[in-house]
Amino acid sequence: MTTGSSVTHKAAEGDRMQKLSASAQERAALKRNGIIDRAFELTTRGSALMVLLLLGTITGSLVLAGWPALSELGLSFFTEDRWAANVNRFGALPAIYGTLITSLIAIAIAIPVSLGIAIFLTEICPPKLRRTIGTMVELLAGVPSIIYGMWGMEVLAPFLQSHFPSVFPAGTGLTTAGLILAIMIIPFITAVTRDVMNTVPPIMRESAYGLGCTTWEVVRHVIFPSVKAGMLGGVILGLGRALGETMAVTFVIGNNLFLNATVTGQGTSIAALIANQFSEADGLQRSALLLLGLVLFLITFAVLALARFMLRRMEHRAP
Amino acid sequence: MNPVYRRRRMVNRTIMTASLLASAFGVIWLFLILLTLVTKGVPALSIDVFTERTRMSGGGLGNAILGSLIMTALATVGGTIIGIAAGTWLAEYGGRSRLANLIRFINDVLLSAPSIIIGLYIYAVVVLPMGHFSGWAGVAALMVIIIPVVIRSTEDMLLLVPNSLREAAASLGAHRWLIVLKVCYSGARAGIITGILLGCARISGETAPLLFTALNTNQWNFFNMGGEMPNLPMVLYQNMTINSFIPEQVALAWAGALILTAAVLILNILARVTSARSQK
Repeated sequence: MTTGSSVTHKAAEGDRMQKLSASAQERAALKRNGIIDRAFELTTRGSALMVLLLLGTITGSLVLAGWPALSELGLSFFTEDRWAANVNRFGALPAIYGTLITSLIAIAIAIPVSLGIAIFLTEICPPKLRRTIGTMVELLAGVPSIIYGMWGMEVLAPFLQSHFPSVFPAGTGLTTAGLILAIMIIPFITAVTRDVMNTVPPIMRESAYGLGCTTWEVVRHVIFPSVKAGMLGGVILGLGRALGETMAVTFVIGNNLFLNATVTGQGTSIAALIANQFSEADGLQRSALLLLGLVLFLITFAVLALARFMLRRMEHRAP
Repeated sequence: MNPVYRRRRMVNRTIMTASLLASAFGVIWLFLILLTLVTKGVPALSIDVFTERTRMSGGGLGNAILGSLIMTALATVGGTIIGIAAGTWLAEYGGRSRLANLIRFINDVLLSAPSIIIGLYIYAVVVLPMGHFSGWAGVAALMVIIIPVVIRSTEDMLLLVPNSLREAAASLGAHRWLIVLKVCYSGARAGIITGILLGCARISGETAPLLFTALNTNQWNFFNMGGEMPNLPMVLYQNMTINSFIPEQVALAWAGALILTAAVLILNILARVTSARSQK
């Protein structure tokens, strides 16, 4: 009796196992999906690794291409005060000076304006208008840089020349370039500043208002302290943009290849110099221009990395 | 009235007026630039601008517009494929791992790297070995610029898809690739399209990376990607600099500027409409 029941039991068990375990077809499907899964992950991972490859090859190719110039010119590349291709003297000083000065002018103008716009958009603007003005500022960021350059050359420079001839004898120059850059980076700084200001919880704002603060006091003592790092990140991001901007600057900077240590005079920037000379350059000059490109890349990389680091810290806060 | 209160109110009024003025100052440039584009560009517009090729005298912008369209389209397609794949890995597989964080960081930096550097890079790795400027080099440069934009928006949008959706699909027996393709992408579609449109708008106006890659030519170029490729931004640049002594060329450049800006702004507005519709 015991043996008989165990046999029927075993048969039933086997039957159930048959039903539960996968059929050949199902097993094949499982295997196929497993392979697709792996292939999918590997393909996407490969694409993601391309970002690292990109950075590596950008740095590598610029170092390689700029090396002949660096070994030929040595330190004089950074100390020579002129870029004179006809006599084989390549000094990066005028271009580096112009790049830094135009960017600083741009930042000095853009910071107060962007803060003002951000305060207006987050604190006092009626909600209906908020979207419209926000969109307009963002569209300004979308206008191609060559359009800014053309506009600067045809409209802004003649305007400055005719209205302030003592400051802008030629209309073009470092300050004109700084002005154009300021107009270009205001939207970037504004967008970041507005976004981080919006991350301040409404309850903090409301409690400050409840204590009797004016709008400015709320902004100054409640909002600014809590979004300081993010705002600074936005400003540095704008600085990074200004440092590397090419087309807008090339048209209005004056393209003077000798160091002219003034603020309003004509000068050049790294990007403008490369854009102007690269297509007709070869040999040492081309290598020197590529080296100049490497210098610009290193400067902007450092600046942008700093900005991202500060913004990353803000992102960990929930909005 | 209490003098302290009066002073506080004064300060507040002053600052708020200043921020109002700053907003006016920030927005006015858009109108000034658009005004210049319309007053200088519209008189130079005609059918010939779209149908004729660029010439030293007269002519139109037809070949340049076609070249720009070809290169932008190819770069957008290529950049979209790589960008979406990389963004998918960051959002779905990479998580908070060290490698993913590093890639994210580098991508954020590349997102705002100067475009002229990208031009130099492609010159060094594509143009020099090939020995001549080509449409492919231009496409490659534009692709390097659009990839980080697509990666960033893909990752951000995939992270917005709630995990419970993924878990629901997994509990029904769906494999991971199927979940990503059917569940995650359909949830993030509008946002990713917005990102692609914004990236497309950005590369269609880029000039600096094309200077040393695609260069420019006065001839029509129908899909001969191995040769120099005419393009609108370069025509604007050349007409405003080396050809600026010819008034017709400058007028033509303004017509081109109007077309280019209109195209870029329309793409931007399209992107905004897409994202606004998805938020409803």
